[in-house]
Amino acid sequence: MGVRRVKPWVFAACLIPLGLLVWRGATNGLTANPIEFITHRTGDWTLRFLLITLAITPLRRVTAWSSLVQLRRMLGLFAFFYAVLHFGTYLVLDFFFAFDLILDDVVERRYVTAGFTGFVLLIPLAVTSTQRMIRRLGGARWRRLHRLVYGAALAGVVHYFWLVKVDIRPPLMYAMILGLLLGARVWFWLSKKGSGVLSRA
Amino acid sequence: MLIKQAPDIRSSEITDERLYRNRRQFIQTASGAMAGALAGVTVLGRYGGVVQAQETIPNLRPSPLSTDESPNSYEDITSYNNFYEFGSDKGDPARYAEEMTIDPWSVRVEGQMNTQAADVDIDDLLRPHTLEERVYRLRCVEAWSMVVPWVGFPLGDLIKRFEPTSRANFVKFTTLLRPDEMRGQRSPVLRWPYVEGLRLDEAMHPLTILAVGVYGKTLLNQQGPPLRLVVPWKYGFKSIKSIVKIEFVEDQPRNSWNISAPNEYGFYSNVNPEVNHPRWSQASERRIGKFFRIRTQMFNGYADQVASLYDGMDLQRDF
Repeated sequence: MGVRRVKPWVFAACLIPLGLLVWRGATNGLTANPIEFITHRTGDWTLRFLLITLAITPLRRVTAWSSLVQLRRMLGLFAFFYAVLHFGTYLVLDFFFAFDLILDDVVERRYVTAGFTGFVLLIPLAVTSTQRMIRRLGGARWRRLHRLVYGAALAGVVHYFWLVKVDIRPPLMYAMILGLLLGARVWFWLSKKGSGVLSRA
Repeated sequence: MLIKQAPDIRSSEITDERLYRNRRQFIQTASGAMAGALAGVTVLGRYGGVVQAQETIPNLRPSPLSTDESPNSYEDITSYNNFYEFGSDKGDPARYAEEMTIDPWSVRVEGQMNTQAADVDIDDLLRPHTLEERVYRLRCVEAWSMVVPWVGFPLGDLIKRFEPTSRANFVKFTTLLRPDEMRGQRSPVLRWPYVEGLRLDEAMHPLTILAVGVYGKTLLNQQGPPLRLVVPWKYGFKSIKSIVKIEFVEDQPRNSWNISAPNEYGFYSNVNPEVNHPRWSQASERRIGKFFRIRTQMFNGYADQVASLYDGMDLQRDF
């Protein structure tokens, strides 16, 4: 099946989580603490899109459906899109630019530090996602730079671990999936050393 | 046993009668709506919870200890709860707590006391007490807060009935343990059953109440019926729900959150904007229903009444 044909549908599907939030907002369904709810949902979807993006390469290997890579940039940009919404919610809705409180938070709270680090790591990836930037950087350098996504995903999972009160099952689930996806890369690298036709990012 | 009297109550703390009447009227309207809902078969709440059978509590006495801040809506108070026995999501208690049966219910009272240890039926336990409405601020350790119009009576009145001995330095409370009906207890997220404790002078303080209702109605299952503690100057998790055991003990008991993470949750857990949680700030809070964060107050705004309980203590160490 041609990936080009499904791409618009995938694009629309990626907007469903945002659509649901808007729908809940319009129907008074954002719980008693709407800002927390929006923060949690956009955070969840940032992590999910990061993991979905990281799943593309292993899926290509396993299914030999190599044109899947044509979805990867879009999925990665959606991860960044939800990260922007997540960070924006924190900055604008939660603290309403109360910079004294925010500064205290970013420096003193390790879960905020981790989350902020992950967000910052995603910025150069989003900036260099255009065709022109790939050409300018050159494939090899571009691929090296885009390995930052591993750091961003790791920071995101750690961010989640550090903010839960005691129930670590949800962040543990994300950590295990991330471990699997990174482990798959190590496995491919060990078993096919030297013959890397496909990108590892 | 010396009971410290609350200092003079500032006139600002006394609820203006007009406001109070408005509140009464609101409760009547709310009761009417609730009665209407009950007349139907079962009505699905906004978050999928089924409206449970509730009784109206008549002849509530107002209290000078109530705050005049406007209470949160009944909807907010009953849909956004922490009750880990039903799951760790705020919506879980409203979704799953109806699985808990609260009738029959008895409370075991035992320990360092001059009366006989006994299993007291809930009706017998409540009978001698006059219920009042206490509108209190509730500050969660997660940095959100609400204003809740509780219905209850002073815990101190109940304690006096059982005549604790001079060796009763602390009161320990235990929540119902019933994994069949409390799905959260099937996972070892906390060590079950949930336990909490107060120093005897904290337990005897006039602000400390046992609550049986909210907004003039008996508690819904997600709120910890039929009997729960409310200690308004401490983080919410101290206010243990669905109590089945009250013990008078000599040594300071451990409490569930302290057992789970001793460096993050202390025994006292007094609301204190200057002592941060190791992982997040306690300087400000989100009042549910309000857009801007508000600054957290020392002892949740009850410092005038309770600060003297902790004279000479290092609150950074005994957090």
